[in-house]
Amino acid sequence: MNFNKEFDASGMSCPLPIVKTKKALVDMESGQVLKVIATDCGAVKDMQAFADQTGNTLLSNTEEGGKYVFFMQKK
Amino acid sequence: MTTKKMAIIATKGTLDMAYPPFILASTAAALGYDVQIFFTFYGLQLLRKDLSNVMISPLANPAMPMPIPMPVMVQMLPGMESMATMMMKQKLKKHGVASLTELRDLCLEADVKFVACQMTVDLFEFDKSEFIPDVEYAGAAAFFGFAGETDICLFV
Repeated sequence: MNFNKEFDASGMSCPLPIVKTKKALVDMESGQVLKVIATDCGAVKDMQAFADQTGNTLLSNTEEGGKYVFFMQKK
Repeated sequence: MTTKKMAIIATKGTLDMAYPPFILASTAAALGYDVQIFFTFYGLQLLRKDLSNVMISPLANPAMPMPIPMPVMVQMLPGMESMATMMMKQKLKKHGVASLTELRDLCLEADVKFVACQMTVDLFEFDKSEFIPDVEYAGAAAFFGFAGETDICLFV
């Protein structure tokens, strides 16, 4: 999937993947896509909850070799 | 959509109890909440510029997982508190949990408002110069001005 920016949250625990995803989105433009990589399994539910509550769109959510990869489209 | 609001009253100053207010506040701010933390009693310790003295005690804390069972008579020996704190900090680091200072900075960056209880600042004769500058000083009535309109209000 195409993306405009990548944020690697590997090794980070709650709430850092969410808080820093939010920070990464700040300077992006509406419609742009942020790729987030995380190793915290709690991030799977949290990233969806973040999208639901902020209006950003979680385009996809996959697991690759023990890492979780998310594509978040900015509102 | 109107902005949601959350207020937290932080009353504890130990390492374990310092985390929940900052974790919840930084997360809520990331979700778009307008957040305020009211620090009172021992929670005021969390406003110090230097948080390295925020500790955890194994004493009277039977729920704290210890690598080996430790009788209370041992827990009360000098240095046990520092040891428990060091172990806890190592564990937090190993698991990628942010330090208290980092979480607090993330809160400030996200415009979480910090309010210190003026009465307890006076009671414990805290020196305001030891606190970070991003703090407002107010009383219970001022807290209710914000808390009364919140969607979530927590006492920690």
